[in-house]
Amino acid sequence: METIQNILAGLFLLGGCFFFATATVGLLRFPDFFTRLHATGKGDTLAVTLCLIGLAIHSGLNMTSVKILLIAVFMFLAQPTSTHAISRAGVRCGLEIWRKKEKEGNP
Amino acid sequence: MIYRGEDIIIRTISRMLIPFIQLYGLYVIMHGHYSPGGGFQGGVILGASLILLLLAYGYQDAKSRVPEKLLTVFSGVGVFIYAGTGFLCLVLLGNFLDYAMLAKILHTDAAHARSLGILSVEIGVGMAVMAVMVSIFLDISTGGVLPGEEEEKQKTAEEA
Repeated sequence: METIQNILAGLFLLGGCFFFATATVGLLRFPDFFTRLHATGKGDTLAVTLCLIGLAIHSGLNMTSVKILLIAVFMFLAQPTSTHAISRAGVRCGLEIWRKKEKEGNP
Repeated sequence: MIYRGEDIIIRTISRMLIPFIQLYGLYVIMHGHYSPGGGFQGGVILGASLILLLLAYGYQDAKSRVPEKLLTVFSGVGVFIYAGTGFLCLVLLGNFLDYAMLAKILHTDAAHARSLGILSVEIGVGMAVMAVMVSIFLDISTGGVLPGEEEEKQKTAEEA
Protein backbone atom coordinates (compact mmCIF):
# COMPACT_ATOMS: atom_id res chain seq x y z
CA MET A 1 0.00 0.00 0.00
CA GLU A 2 2.73 2.41 0.99
CA THR A 3 4.68 1.63 -2.18
CA ILE A 4 1.69 2.47 -4.37
CA GLN A 5 1.20 5.69 -2.41
CA ASN A 6 4.84 6.68 -2.86
CA ILE A 7 4.83 5.84 -6.58
CA LEU A 8 1.65 7.89 -7.17
CA ALA A 9 3.04 10.83 -5.20
CA GLY A 10 6.28 10.63 -7.17
CA LEU A 11 4.41 10.59 -10.48
CA PHE A 12 2.39 13.67 -9.53
CA LEU A 13 5.53 15.51 -8.36
CA LEU A 14 7.35 14.57 -11.58
CA GLY A 15 4.42 15.89 -13.62
CA GLY A 16 4.50 19.10 -11.63
CA CYS A 17 8.23 19.51 -12.21
CA PHE A 18 7.73 18.88 -15.95
CA PHE A 19 5.14 21.68 -16.20
CA PHE A 20 7.36 24.01 -14.14
CA ALA A 21 10.14 23.33 -16.64
CA THR A 22 7.90 24.05 -19.65
CA ALA A 23 6.68 27.26 -18.01
CA THR A 24 10.27 28.37 -17.45
CA VAL A 25 11.25 27.55 -21.04
CA GLY A 26 8.27 29.58 -22.23
CA LEU A 27 9.24 32.48 -19.99
CA LEU A 28 12.77 32.49 -21.38
CA ARG A 29 12.04 31.84 -25.07
CA PHE A 30 8.79 33.65 -25.90
CA PRO A 31 9.12 37.07 -27.52
CA ASP A 32 6.87 39.47 -25.60
CA PHE A 33 4.96 40.14 -22.39
CA PHE A 34 1.65 38.50 -23.26
CA THR A 35 3.05 35.25 -24.64
CA ARG A 36 5.34 34.91 -21.62
CA LEU A 37 2.40 35.49 -19.31
CA HIS A 38 0.46 32.86 -21.24
CA ALA A 39 3.22 30.28 -20.73
CA THR A 40 3.81 30.95 -17.04
CA GLY A 41 0.17 31.50 -16.12
CA LYS A 42 -1.01 28.17 -17.46
CA GLY A 43 2.11 26.20 -16.65
CA ASP A 44 2.43 27.39 -13.06
CA THR A 45 -1.21 26.81 -12.21
CA LEU A 46 -1.10 23.21 -13.37
CA ALA A 47 2.37 22.58 -11.91
CA VAL A 48 1.52 23.93 -8.46
CA THR A 49 -1.72 21.95 -8.37
CA LEU A 50 0.01 18.72 -9.40
CA CYS A 51 2.83 19.20 -6.87
CA LEU A 52 0.37 19.88 -4.04
CA ILE A 53 -1.75 16.85 -4.94
CA GLY A 54 1.41 14.74 -4.96
CA LEU A 55 2.37 16.02 -1.50
CA ALA A 56 -1.16 15.37 -0.21
CA ILE A 57 -1.01 11.77 -1.45
CA HIS A 58 2.42 11.36 0.14
CA SER A 59 1.24 12.53 3.57
CA GLY A 60 -1.77 10.18 3.55
CA LEU A 61 -5.29 10.85 4.78
CA ASN A 62 -4.93 13.26 7.72
CA MET A 63 -5.32 16.93 8.62
CA THR A 64 -2.13 17.91 6.77
CA SER A 65 -3.38 16.59 3.44
CA VAL A 66 -6.72 18.38 3.91
CA LYS A 67 -4.85 21.65 4.46
CA ILE A 68 -2.69 20.99 1.38
CA LEU A 69 -5.79 20.34 -0.74
CA LEU A 70 -7.34 23.60 0.54
CA ILE A 71 -4.17 25.43 -0.56
CA ALA A 72 -4.51 23.73 -3.97
CA VAL A 73 -8.11 24.95 -4.36
CA PHE A 74 -7.05 28.46 -3.33
CA MET A 75 -4.18 28.43 -5.86
CA PHE A 76 -6.47 27.15 -8.59
CA LEU A 77 -8.76 30.15 -8.08
CA ALA A 78 -6.20 32.83 -7.31
CA GLN A 79 -3.50 32.18 -9.87
CA PRO A 80 -5.54 32.55 -13.10
CA THR A 81 -7.14 35.66 -11.62
CA SER A 82 -3.78 37.26 -10.87
CA THR A 83 -2.57 36.38 -14.38
CA HIS A 84 -5.71 38.04 -15.74
CA ALA A 85 -5.10 41.15 -13.64
CA ILE A 86 -1.47 41.42 -14.78
CA SER A 87 -2.44 41.04 -18.44
CA ARG A 88 -5.14 43.70 -18.05
CA ALA A 89 -2.55 46.03 -16.56
CA GLY A 90 -0.36 45.29 -19.59
CA VAL A 91 -3.15 46.18 -22.01
CA ARG A 92 -3.85 49.34 -20.02
CA CYS A 93 -0.23 50.45 -20.27
CA GLY A 94 -0.41 49.99 -24.04
CA LEU A 95 2.21 47.28 -24.45
CA GLU A 96 2.74 46.29 -28.06
CA ILE A 97 1.57 42.85 -29.15
CA TRP A 98 4.21 40.75 -30.89
CA ARG A 99 3.54 39.86 -34.54
CA LYS A 100 5.48 37.87 -37.10
CA LYS A 101 7.77 40.04 -39.20
CA GLU A 102 6.71 40.17 -42.84
CA LYS A 103 9.21 38.75 -45.30
CA GLU A 104 11.35 41.25 -47.17
CA GLY A 105 10.10 42.17 -50.64
CA ASN A 106 6.70 40.76 -49.82
CA PRO A 107 4.63 43.60 -48.30
CA MET B 1 -3.60 56.83 -7.56
CA ILE B 2 -5.88 53.80 -7.19
CA TYR B 3 -7.87 53.26 -10.35
CA ARG B 4 -11.52 52.43 -10.08
CA GLY B 5 -11.69 48.66 -10.54
CA GLU B 6 -14.39 47.56 -12.96
CA ASP B 7 -13.27 44.09 -13.99
CA ILE B 8 -15.90 41.49 -13.15
CA ILE B 9 -13.51 38.51 -12.92
CA ILE B 10 -11.19 40.17 -10.43
CA ARG B 11 -14.12 41.57 -8.43
CA THR B 12 -15.94 38.23 -8.20
CA ILE B 13 -12.90 36.14 -7.30
CA SER B 14 -11.66 38.59 -4.70
CA ARG B 15 -15.16 38.77 -3.20
CA MET B 16 -15.09 34.97 -2.93
CA LEU B 17 -11.56 34.74 -1.51
CA ILE B 18 -11.37 37.67 0.92
CA PRO B 19 -13.43 36.00 3.72
CA PHE B 20 -11.24 32.89 3.54
CA ILE B 21 -8.06 34.96 3.57
CA GLN B 22 -9.30 36.76 6.69
CA LEU B 23 -10.26 33.47 8.32
CA TYR B 24 -6.76 32.19 7.59
CA GLY B 25 -5.27 35.34 9.09
CA LEU B 26 -7.23 34.78 12.31
CA TYR B 27 -6.10 31.13 12.32
CA VAL B 28 -2.46 32.19 12.02
CA ILE B 29 -2.87 34.66 14.92
CA MET B 30 -4.68 32.15 17.14
CA HIS B 31 -2.14 29.35 16.55
CA GLY B 32 0.85 31.69 16.88
CA HIS B 33 2.08 30.38 20.22
CA TYR B 34 2.45 26.71 19.35
CA SER B 35 2.87 26.54 15.55
CA PRO B 36 4.52 28.68 12.86
CA GLY B 37 2.88 32.07 12.59
CA GLY B 38 1.97 34.71 15.12
CA GLY B 39 0.66 38.20 15.50
CA PHE B 40 2.78 39.90 12.87
CA GLN B 41 2.23 37.29 10.17
CA GLY B 42 -1.51 37.04 10.83
CA GLY B 43 -1.79 40.81 10.86
CA VAL B 44 -0.01 41.03 7.51
CA ILE B 45 -2.44 38.46 6.04
CA LEU B 46 -5.44 40.42 7.38
CA GLY B 47 -3.98 43.65 6.03
CA ALA B 48 -3.32 42.02 2.64
CA SER B 49 -6.98 40.96 2.42
CA LEU B 50 -8.06 44.58 2.91
CA ILE B 51 -5.47 45.77 0.37
CA LEU B 52 -6.86 43.20 -2.09
CA LEU B 53 -10.33 44.65 -1.49
CA LEU B 54 -9.05 48.17 -2.17
CA LEU B 55 -7.20 47.05 -5.32
CA ALA B 56 -10.14 45.09 -6.73
CA TYR B 57 -12.90 47.61 -6.02
CA GLY B 58 -11.03 50.90 -6.07
CA TYR B 59 -10.84 53.37 -3.20
CA GLN B 60 -14.11 55.15 -3.95
CA ASP B 61 -16.23 52.00 -3.74
CA ALA B 62 -14.37 50.32 -0.88
CA LYS B 63 -13.74 53.26 1.44
CA SER B 64 -16.83 52.55 3.52
CA ARG B 65 -15.34 49.13 4.37
CA VAL B 66 -11.88 50.50 5.20
CA PRO B 67 -12.40 53.79 7.04
CA GLU B 68 -9.17 55.67 7.68
CA LYS B 69 -10.19 56.90 11.13
CA LEU B 70 -10.91 53.33 12.26
CA LEU B 71 -7.47 52.24 11.02
CA THR B 72 -5.83 54.89 13.22
CA VAL B 73 -7.93 53.73 16.20
CA PHE B 74 -7.01 50.08 15.53
CA SER B 75 -3.28 50.75 15.41
CA GLY B 76 -3.49 52.64 18.69
CA VAL B 77 -5.62 50.02 20.41
CA GLY B 78 -3.31 47.22 19.20
CA VAL B 79 -0.22 48.86 20.68
CA PHE B 80 -2.23 49.59 23.85
CA ILE B 81 -3.18 45.90 24.25
CA TYR B 82 0.44 44.86 23.82
CA ALA B 83 1.89 47.42 26.22
CA GLY B 84 -1.06 47.05 28.59
CA THR B 85 -0.45 43.31 28.97
CA GLY B 86 3.22 44.06 29.67
CA PHE B 87 2.47 46.73 32.27
CA LEU B 88 -0.24 44.60 33.87
CA CYS B 89 2.46 42.03 34.62
CA LEU B 90 4.58 44.87 36.00
CA VAL B 91 1.72 45.96 38.27
CA LEU B 92 1.27 42.36 39.48
CA LEU B 93 4.86 42.39 40.83
CA GLY B 94 6.53 40.63 37.87
CA ASN B 95 8.84 41.74 35.09
CA PHE B 96 7.60 43.43 31.91
CA LEU B 97 5.66 40.76 29.88
CA ASP B 98 6.14 38.21 32.70
CA TYR B 99 2.93 36.33 31.84
CA ALA B 100 3.06 33.92 34.79
CA MET B 101 1.99 36.81 37.05
CA LEU B 102 -1.36 36.98 35.20
CA ALA B 103 -2.36 33.73 36.95
CA LYS B 104 -3.43 35.81 39.96
CA ILE B 105 -6.22 37.62 38.07
CA LEU B 106 -7.11 34.82 35.59
CA HIS B 107 -7.56 32.18 38.35
CA THR B 108 -5.50 29.55 36.47
CA ASP B 109 -2.08 27.96 36.85
CA ALA B 110 1.07 29.59 35.51
CA ALA B 111 1.23 27.55 32.28
CA HIS B 112 -2.29 28.55 31.19
CA ALA B 113 -1.62 32.14 32.17
CA ARG B 114 1.49 32.20 29.96
CA SER B 115 -0.46 30.80 27.01
CA LEU B 116 -3.29 33.32 27.41
CA GLY B 117 -0.87 36.19 27.95
CA ILE B 118 0.99 35.41 24.74
CA LEU B 119 -2.35 35.14 22.92
CA SER B 120 -3.45 38.60 24.07
CA VAL B 121 -0.11 40.06 22.99
CA GLU B 122 -0.47 38.36 19.59
CA ILE B 123 -3.96 39.83 19.16
CA GLY B 124 -2.64 43.29 19.94
CA VAL B 125 0.26 42.95 17.51
CA GLY B 126 -2.10 41.57 14.83
CA MET B 127 -4.49 44.51 15.12
CA ALA B 128 -1.70 47.09 15.00
CA VAL B 129 0.08 45.45 12.05
CA MET B 130 -3.15 45.12 10.04
CA ALA B 131 -4.09 48.77 10.52
CA VAL B 132 -0.59 50.09 9.82
CA MET B 133 -0.20 47.94 6.68
CA VAL B 134 -3.41 49.33 5.18
CA SER B 135 -2.54 52.88 6.22
CA ILE B 136 0.88 52.63 4.57
CA PHE B 137 -0.74 51.24 1.41
CA LEU B 138 -3.26 54.09 1.31
CA ASP B 139 -0.56 56.71 1.91
CA ILE B 140 1.74 55.36 -0.79
CA SER B 141 -0.95 54.78 -3.43
CA THR B 142 -2.65 58.16 -3.00
CA GLY B 143 0.41 60.28 -2.29
CA GLY B 144 -0.97 61.27 1.11
CA VAL B 145 -4.15 62.89 -0.24
CA LEU B 146 -7.19 60.60 -0.44
CA PRO B 147 -9.39 61.08 -3.54
CA GLY B 148 -12.37 62.58 -1.69
CA GLU B 149 -10.26 64.94 0.39
CA GLU B 150 -8.64 66.64 -2.59
CA GLU B 151 -11.83 68.42 -3.66
CA GLU B 152 -12.68 69.40 -0.10
CA LYS B 153 -9.25 70.95 0.39
CA GLN B 154 -9.59 72.91 -2.86
CA LYS B 155 -13.03 74.15 -1.76
CA THR B 156 -11.77 75.33 1.60
CA ALA B 157 -8.78 76.98 -0.10
CA GLU B 158 -11.09 78.83 -2.51
CA GLU B 159 -13.33 79.99 0.30
CA ALA B 160 -10.38 81.27 2.31
